[in-house]
Amino acid sequence: MPPIKLTLNGKPWSVDADPDMPLLWAVREIAGKTGSKFGCGAAQCGACTMHVDGQPVRACSTPIGSIAGSKVTTIEGIEGKVAKAVQDAWVKLDVVQCGYCQSGQIMSAVALLTDNAKPTDQDIDSAMSGNLCRCSTYVRIRAAIHEAAKALEI
Amino acid sequence: MPDGHMSDTSRRRFLQVTGGAGVGLMVGFTWTGTSRRAQAAAATNAFVPNAFVKVAPDGTVTVLIKHLEMGQGVFTGLTAIVAEEMDADWAQMRAEHAPANAKLYNNTAFGPIQGTGGSTSTYNSWTQLRQAGATARALLVAAAAQTWGVPASDITVSKGVVSSGTHKAGFGELAAKAATLPVPADVPLKDPKNFTLVGTKLPRKDSAEKTTGKAIFAIDVVQPGMLVAVVQRPTRFGAKAQAIDAKAAKAVKGVVEVVEIPRGVAVLATSYWAAHQGREALKVTWDETNAEKRGTDAIIADYKALLPKPGQLVTKEGDVDAVKGAKTLKAEFTFPYLAHAPMEPLTCVVKLGKDGCEIWAGDQFQTIDQMNAAKTAGLKPEQVTIHTVYAGGSFGRRANVESDYIVEGVAIAKALSDAKVQGGKLAGRPVKLIWSREDDIRGGRYRPLYVHGMEAKLGADGSVLAWQHRIVGQSIMAGSPFDQPGKPDATSVEGAAEIPYTIPNRLVDLHTTTSPVPVLWWRSVGSTHTAFAVETFLDELAAEAKQDPVAFRRKLMEKHPRHLAVLNLAVEKAEWTKPLPKGWARGVAVAESFRSVVAHVAEVSQDDKGRIKVERVVCAVDCGIAVTPDVVKAQMEGGIGYGLGAIMYGAITMKDGVVDQSNFDTYRCLRIDEMPKVEVHIVPSANPPTGVGEPGVPPLGPAVANAIAALTGKRIRDLPFAGSVSV
Ligand code: FES
Ligand code: FES
Repeated sequence: MPPIKLTLNGKPWSVDADPDMPLLWAVREIAGKTGSKFGCGAAQCGACTMHVDGQPVRACSTPIGSIAGSKVTTIEGIEGKVAKAVQDAWVKLDVVQCGYCQSGQIMSAVALLTDNAKPTDQDIDSAMSGNLCRCSTYVRIRAAIHEAAKALEI
Repeated sequence: MPDGHMSDTSRRRFLQVTGGAGVGLMVGFTWTGTSRRAQAAAATNAFVPNAFVKVAPDGTVTVLIKHLEMGQGVFTGLTAIVAEEMDADWAQMRAEHAPANAKLYNNTAFGPIQGTGGSTSTYNSWTQLRQAGATARALLVAAAAQTWGVPASDITVSKGVVSSGTHKAGFGELAAKAATLPVPADVPLKDPKNFTLVGTKLPRKDSAEKTTGKAIFAIDVVQPGMLVAVVQRPTRFGAKAQAIDAKAAKAVKGVVEVVEIPRGVAVLATSYWAAHQGREALKVTWDETNAEKRGTDAIIADYKALLPKPGQLVTKEGDVDAVKGAKTLKAEFTFPYLAHAPMEPLTCVVKLGKDGCEIWAGDQFQTIDQMNAAKTAGLKPEQVTIHTVYAGGSFGRRANVESDYIVEGVAIAKALSDAKVQGGKLAGRPVKLIWSREDDIRGGRYRPLYVHGMEAKLGADGSVLAWQHRIVGQSIMAGSPFDQPGKPDATSVEGAAEIPYTIPNRLVDLHTTTSPVPVLWWRSVGSTHTAFAVETFLDELAAEAKQDPVAFRRKLMEKHPRHLAVLNLAVEKAEWTKPLPKGWARGVAVAESFRSVVAHVAEVSQDDKGRIKVERVVCAVDCGIAVTPDVVKAQMEGGIGYGLGAIMYGAITMKDGVVDQSNFDTYRCLRIDEMPKVEVHIVPSANPPTGVGEPGVPPLGPAVANAIAALTGKRIRDLPFAGSVSV
């Protein structure tokens, strides 16, 4: 089987893997980037959220073979002003508790704000409802997304 | 954990059960001799005045945290206590997990055990860490006094700068000298009036790492040559593997070996994906002779059949039977099994050698895990090194007296060392055991299923004359070192045995049942169910007496001023009497757990389709001195969300002994669109800190249920309520 070729965090990435292997495990165990987490393996929790060609996807349920040629971005590789605003707001409001879901939360929040610069509470609820947080940091996630949106206005 | 108390009997029993193994762990340092400190300092080039504080030459102060950081904020709160007494600058402070060492790092609320639970982290560390910080400060001051030739009394310390007149130095500059000085005894602690950090909003120490993906959890640990393992466990609790057909599993690319361990069959592979596929291909036949074959409906029926019968006496005040002719109210409640479902499934990495074992885990029960790992590996506890890393949540799950997932990891590593397994060539390969979410949901150690029966007698004036509370369910403590045989199981009745309401005749009793379904403490333990029963039933009595639920509670609470103050703060901030929009209602509940008192006022609404939504929760908490108030707020927010998800959706059910749920689609948890707005108010206090991680949970369920009753007239007595109320 020829290796699968993609771009990971801006660098070419050639993976020698079973095409059915989920993107999450290829990134965590082959590329060695462990910021994206395993929470359910069934597209239920969002802990594994990455961007594939700019769109948030559940990497645990995305076979690596199905996205050959794509650009994959993980929490380790996000950059730009939206990502910075989101991460800054997360730190400013101390959103995290255990932190395990937060890579996924941030990836979803960056995708939301890239699409919608001024989301309402309802926009946030619908964009973020695929990301579970067992520590229930939801109040602060909402507040931090508003905070990031505000920072991006200036 | 139970409420963090370990009686003397428990302590003795603990030492018996463990064969006094605690003693074997008591190696390590005494940290009083100057030479020992000087050695440690020379080795690390740091000033190490005690087991909790390290000052590096660059001025960085690292606090060794003996508790597990699992989200509850110990890296921030415990560090703040040391920083306060040192008069350090918050920016120079760091936190890291302490090594496992029961002698240096035991939880003083548990006795001779290092472990985290019962919301005791701040409570048991408060004085210890204040002394550690104050001692470090005194040594730095003494070093400055000698260097500058001034009396120590002329020296001030502020924000990490030691100064006297024109002299000024940072902690780092004084560290080398301080390391050579004798440790003073009885260093005075600060007057809390002079606190500048404790009680203020301090940024969390783990925020940056946790927003960049850099924080390391057990699942992220990589060791050279490591194999990944998953375990096939029986479908029914109590079953054992009888026959294993591993042929197809071993044929999966990447699968390296299949081994049997006492708890099931492990598939080892070069990656999680291969291990997972190998397990899918594995065929195991189970011996179910001793397995639980009842479904949860049958268990509930069995428990309900016990309700008319008197149980083991827990509390008896006055004589409930002597109250005649009063109006009697009765209610029955059922509480399902609940999974903790921490966001990071259980994981550990084990590296087993001939004379030692290293474990990486979000370890919550270091001393017990060391002993169980040692027993499994055939080593001594002191040969087991635990590297505690961040845990992706726990809610009690990672602390269990059998060390289930740690023992599995060690048993797998041990199986590989057998010469019969591939001629012993896998011996010593590190093993990362990963539980899948399905393993977690179906793996047991649930909050026990309980049935409660309540009965009360009301006088004509609405006074509560008699109160009877009967509880039926499994014991969390039975068979554990914390068990107190002969006494009613404390974790089943906490929150019911003692209530903050004065009622002249009161009877509480308990039926402790048994089942192969393993059970465990779950964030706030007994109060997860007792507070619900007590606070909703009390609300029913208030309604029956045609009294306002707040006024009704206030009258009964006169002898409990602390509870009363918390209740009053919550209702004041929630503007209890202010009219709400149409289709909305409020409910209130108050509960004490882990030495703290919390009251919630919940506002719920119902839309035109009849769907209930929890809109807002106003919380008041008395947790003594709030060391880091923003962390206290976060824990209340978290407790509210965790509790709300549980009462709406949380249930592990079984058919013929097989668990129905498997992942977050069937074991639903609260999502962001269901999270109410939250307001938290902290009662100012000068008392030492009490619990924070758990106490936000107990009053949430009853406050919401009481609001739903106020709105719809429907009393929720069977949880979760999404089955009977539309959400
Ligand atoms: S791990 Fe991918 S959605 Fe849960
Ligand atoms: S911060 Fe713990 S699961 Fe979200």
